[in-house]
Amino acid sequence: MANAPDFATAAPEIFLALAAMALLMLGVFRGNQSTRLLCWLAVASFAVALLIVLQAPAERSVAFAGMYVADSFTAFVKAMVLIASAAGLIMSMGYIRDEGMARFEYPVLFVLAALGMMMMISANDLIALYMGIELQSLALYVIAAFQRDSLRSTEAGLKYFVLGALSSGMLLYGCSLIYGFTGATGFDAIAGALKGQDHAGIGLIVGIVFLCAGLAFKVSAVPFHMWTPDVYEGAPTPVTAFFAVAPKIAALALFMRALIIPFLAISADWQQIIIVISIASMLLGAFAAIWQDNIKRLMAYSSIGHVGFALIGLAAGSTEGVRGVLIYLAIYLAMNVGTFACILCMRRKTGMVEGISDLAGLSKSNPLMALALAIFMFSMAGIPPLGGFFGKFYVFIAAVNAELYTLAVIGVLASVVGAFYYLRIIKVMYFDEPGEPFEGPMSVEMRTIIGLCSVFVVFFAFYTAPFIASAEIAAAALVP
Amino acid sequence: MSDWPLLSLVTFLPLVGAAFIFLFAQGGDAQADRNAKSVALMTTVLTFLVSLVIWGNFDNGTADFQFVEQRDWLGGGIDYRMGVDGISLLFVVLTAFLMPICILASWQSITTRVREYMIAFLLLETMMIGVFCALDFVVFYLFFEGGLIPMFLIIGVWGGARRVYSSFKFFLYTLLGSVLLLLALIYMYFEAGTTDIPTLMAHGFTAEEQTWLWLAMFASFAVKMPMWPVHTWLPDAHVEAPTAGSVILAGVLLKMGGYGFLRFSLPMLPLASDLFVPLVFTLSVVAVIYTSLVALMQEDMKKLIAYSSVAHMGFVTIGIFTFNTQGIEGSIFQMLSHGIVSAALFLCVGVIYDRIHSREIARYGGLVNRMPVYAFTFMVFMLASVGLPGTAGFVGEILILIGVYQVNTWVAALAALGVILGAAYMLWLYRRTIFGQLEKDDLKQILDMDGREIAFFAPLIVLAILMGIMPGPFLDVMHVSVDHLIQQYQTAMQAAAEGADMARMAAK
Repeated sequence: MANAPDFATAAPEIFLALAAMALLMLGVFRGNQSTRLLCWLAVASFAVALLIVLQAPAERSVAFAGMYVADSFTAFVKAMVLIASAAGLIMSMGYIRDEGMARFEYPVLFVLAALGMMMMISANDLIALYMGIELQSLALYVIAAFQRDSLRSTEAGLKYFVLGALSSGMLLYGCSLIYGFTGATGFDAIAGALKGQDHAGIGLIVGIVFLCAGLAFKVSAVPFHMWTPDVYEGAPTPVTAFFAVAPKIAALALFMRALIIPFLAISADWQQIIIVISIASMLLGAFAAIWQDNIKRLMAYSSIGHVGFALIGLAAGSTEGVRGVLIYLAIYLAMNVGTFACILCMRRKTGMVEGISDLAGLSKSNPLMALALAIFMFSMAGIPPLGGFFGKFYVFIAAVNAELYTLAVIGVLASVVGAFYYLRIIKVMYFDEPGEPFEGPMSVEMRTIIGLCSVFVVFFAFYTAPFIASAEIAAAALVP
Repeated sequence: MSDWPLLSLVTFLPLVGAAFIFLFAQGGDAQADRNAKSVALMTTVLTFLVSLVIWGNFDNGTADFQFVEQRDWLGGGIDYRMGVDGISLLFVVLTAFLMPICILASWQSITTRVREYMIAFLLLETMMIGVFCALDFVVFYLFFEGGLIPMFLIIGVWGGARRVYSSFKFFLYTLLGSVLLLLALIYMYFEAGTTDIPTLMAHGFTAEEQTWLWLAMFASFAVKMPMWPVHTWLPDAHVEAPTAGSVILAGVLLKMGGYGFLRFSLPMLPLASDLFVPLVFTLSVVAVIYTSLVALMQEDMKKLIAYSSVAHMGFVTIGIFTFNTQGIEGSIFQMLSHGIVSAALFLCVGVIYDRIHSREIARYGGLVNRMPVYAFTFMVFMLASVGLPGTAGFVGEILILIGVYQVNTWVAALAALGVILGAAYMLWLYRRTIFGQLEKDDLKQILDMDGREIAFFAPLIVLAILMGIMPGPFLDVMHVSVDHLIQQYQTAMQAAAEGADMARMAAK
């Protein structure tokens, strides 16, 4: 039975749901000319939701008969998701105007997708988990295909939809097996049912494997990554920017909660799965990206690699591990948003360009943008003292602490291979002769986003301590 | 005065200069370039003066770390700690000393993107000084690897024809070694609960742990050093880097490997260091002889000097792993003198490269007729590199040979062979470029060194000779710290000896 405290726990989600509906009404009444206003209103509702999230009490509160949970872990992740969604929407505004896709549904779908992600993050039950994932995914399928007249965009949307539906099916099948073998759908109840066991029966393991497969699809971990490069390349660039960050963060948070809370007792069973997909993702992300010419495809492989690194923390299954993942994701957010903001500024008279070679000599034609992109690339390669290093450092700490030495060694070697293609972008910008410069001045929004992200990445070393402290509190909420 | 955070000051002063250039030397015209150069020069000179103040206040009589600073940083035992002892102090001074010379040497030869060039060099200086001042492993690692970024750009943007290949090779080679060091660092952090370097030195890891940790660290330091067979990035990087980049590579970056052995491998992992002595000696002897032979065959002056650096660094590793006073002090001294002499040799190449734009040995000959001052300068450093008594090179080499003779006669004999080969390739290089007939037409118009060039060579010449005839002040700085290091090593070996004896008995 829902009562007032239940609603308080879900206050940010309820607010976003109401906001989405209000925006939809406004859009329907005012038509497409109000898209820009709707975008800013959507950003404002993300900001309000963020305030509600941050105002919420830190202690764990459970609502709707245990289906829904809010604690400092969910607050940390939700804050990231809201910031990423707002940044994604702000970056979209110029693009959707120029490409003639400024329809009022766009910001509404963003809000609905963010709502789905927040529900994923707070899900404490297999059914709530599925609801959150589907709400998020359906909104994302439509956004991916939003450029209706573009063959690439519709193809990307369709691919994403078909493969996403397949993965949802696997996820559901896994959930049903887990329910069948433990008799519960609530995470706490499953944990109670498994109390005192160190190994799961074969049926439950099959269920966990299917659950992991479904979730691995959502975070685009190998071997369920195939959709990523195509969708990244085909979707409109600001949508790709959004895909690369917010849904990944939400899905990884869900991945952590859905494995650690119910199945902590039998962690040895699922740890192997995570180790394998983590290694495979890191290696594929590192090697496959070397041959890419399209920067969006390259970013797709890069994000596959980054997910592999983040999964190291999950494989450790400890407080340090979760802390590492959270730090990694926060820095990943800044690096990716910044990089995509730079990609969105790659515009010539003929339209947007996406080739890596189009960046040639950028350091001469636009030194500040080249500097920012170089900072993001060095940071993604994990070179200290930039932020990306600290992300890797803390997941490797977790791996070494959990005695996963092989994983750690493969991880650092993959990061060296990965450094190669990040360096290649820097080489194109700094060592090559300039080509035709990009068009026009960058918009104020883009400059602000790029500036904020690069400042965050460059000066991360100076405010690491409070950041780590809050990540640690958040992690402790998940793994006691 | 001693209350000032002098080490942070000397480390971050160049960064302040870089920020100043970034913010204020805007515009991209000739005036902005001149301003950038002046700011860079002033910053580096000021940094050098601060480093001299540190040396002046340094107490030679204690092995403790001095000028220690501590601030909370990441928490959980990882804090911002700085401090120097007799081993690291002189490297700080060396770095700060070479930087103004680098800026002066680039004054006219760098014409494109001057502002960015100066920023890159100042960033690099912060990273290099930070490496030698850090008293926390994570802080050390940050500086150690952060230096890759500016050096990568220096080689790649302002380098020669094959700069892209060389810069990638440099970056990826060093990164590959460094990431294994990172894993070792994390493991040690877990065992000891802190990354404070003095605490780690006192921690005492088990023999098995030491073996693995040592190998991980070796991967990093051997690449930086560079030791044979992972030295191949060095000739490429040297040849393609601009003159000042080569100077910094040879003068400072190569010293980080040796410093790493002295700061981490030896005191923290004494048992493993002892265990791997044969490996280090073998690789070093191969390096000394093989790279000397390779140097003999080089057509490119920079490449020749690069190979000679590998050979000299081979001496250094031999000296470090003798575990006696002469050997280790000789190694440190050799690193310092090599830092000055090889840096000066690269500058010598730079002088004629700026005029003729070729590094090919065969392009030159008979320079003494037109450039007597240059011939004299080159001769001083050539002889110092060979190790002529009375020059800086001699002191280090003789100390290392004395040290290693007590440990292993064969290694001493083979290393001495390397000294002879060293004389051969350097003298031959000198003969082919400076002496002989002045035949090439463009060489007949070549001008001798100008005032600016003489200005930055003069302190180098003075030092190369001063260190040769008066090594005392330099050796005094390191003496107590080196003794302390050897004591630590011997205590650890004695403590392990009992256990090892029992194990051997059991095996029999």
